[in-house]
Amino acid sequence: MSIGIERVEYVLHLADNALILGQRLGEWCGHGPVLEQDIAMTNIALDYIGRARMLYQYAAGICSPESTEDQLAFMRNEWEYRNLLLVERPNGDFAHTVARQFFLEAFQMDYFKALQHSGDATLSAIAEKSIKETAYHFKWASEWVIRLGDGTEISHHRMQEAVDALWPFTGELFCEAPCESWMRKSFDCPDPAAMRSGWSARLQSVFAAAGLEIPTGNWMQEGGKTGRHTEHMGYILAEMQYMQRAYPGMEW
Amino acid sequence: MEDYYSTEREFKKHHVTEVNKSVLEVLDTVMDPEIPVLSILDLGIVREVRVQDGKVDIAITPTYTGCPAMHLIEMEIRAAMAQSGLEANVKTVLSPAWTTDWMREGALEKLSQYGIAPPGRIASMQHADTATPKRIECPQCTSSNTEVISEFGSTACKALYRCLDCREPFDYFKCH
Repeated sequence: MSIGIERVEYVLHLADNALILGQRLGEWCGHGPVLEQDIAMTNIALDYIGRARMLYQYAAGICSPESTEDQLAFMRNEWEYRNLLLVERPNGDFAHTVARQFFLEAFQMDYFKALQHSGDATLSAIAEKSIKETAYHFKWASEWVIRLGDGTEISHHRMQEAVDALWPFTGELFCEAPCESWMRKSFDCPDPAAMRSGWSARLQSVFAAAGLEIPTGNWMQEGGKTGRHTEHMGYILAEMQYMQRAYPGMEW
Repeated sequence: MEDYYSTEREFKKHHVTEVNKSVLEVLDTVMDPEIPVLSILDLGIVREVRVQDGKVDIAITPTYTGCPAMHLIEMEIRAAMAQSGLEANVKTVLSPAWTTDWMREGALEKLSQYGIAPPGRIASMQHADTATPKRIECPQCTSSNTEVISEFGSTACKALYRCLDCREPFDYFKCH
């Protein structure tokens, strides 16, 4: 089996998505609006960190003999990360966190099901494991979109505001990066563009129940998949990488 | 071995290829650190056991990808085997993905007695994605008049419920 640089990049794209979103959700620990939701967000964060670990372990194995899971997670620079711009968006208020989660989970619902049929056995197994967790995450995010959208005047306004603010970062979900195209041709990995109809259908049904408007703007911001990140990325890494940079190789 | 997994139809395809009863007895003493009334065999996370020349290869599968108990369980398996004079090599397998349907029948009863409402069998439900049985019984007073507080509870595998009759909150082990 060929071990292309594209495969490493693809695995890192999935791993970085999981790590950065896990880190973002983890920032809510101790700051949730109510205890139960604080616990929910950190539970979801844990699922993401677990997924990131499996992916980094795989990437380290096919990358180079000296690379390790920790080195890939903590010692790269921001332009080497391949995560979506969407997942590095700041938590904002609770509505922003919910909207970010909703947009991504609505995409991943079909994505992992498709990835399960990939010819890459490890990615297929990780996808299989992620399907069930994604269903719970999507349910959580959908319920909150509806509760806030269909709630008070203030909650409705803030939910709509969050949806509008994050909208320009949803286009990147469907843009196929070179590594994705290579993996699609070589290992039957999903074409992200093919997820659009399922994603739109989920948006329509949940937003209708929430009384929210689906934004219509066509201008989309992309770049994360190829390492061009927003200003926020550096700050996340500064916080997340500090210990490994200051004390390389340290363990708990 | 059928006794151990009588509820799991696919068992023969994926599970223990060479069985050593005493090894299984030892594994049955390794408890889930978060739910100490359940052994790892109760949970159904042991996927393969091979014994050869005083060494034992054990494959386990995570319940949830981020479950922090997995690492501890691995160490406890090695420690328990060492006490029986066996060197254990523990590896993690991801596919097929764990499901609560692999939990032993007796495990559900143990959960209930411990105060955690057990998961229903997904195989008997229509929507398997986030399958939730229609009625979840309060493990304190057995009333079915209960409601969910949060789908995410004290650990990844549990949701938080409350009983509307006895007013006690309780954990529900989610179908997965």
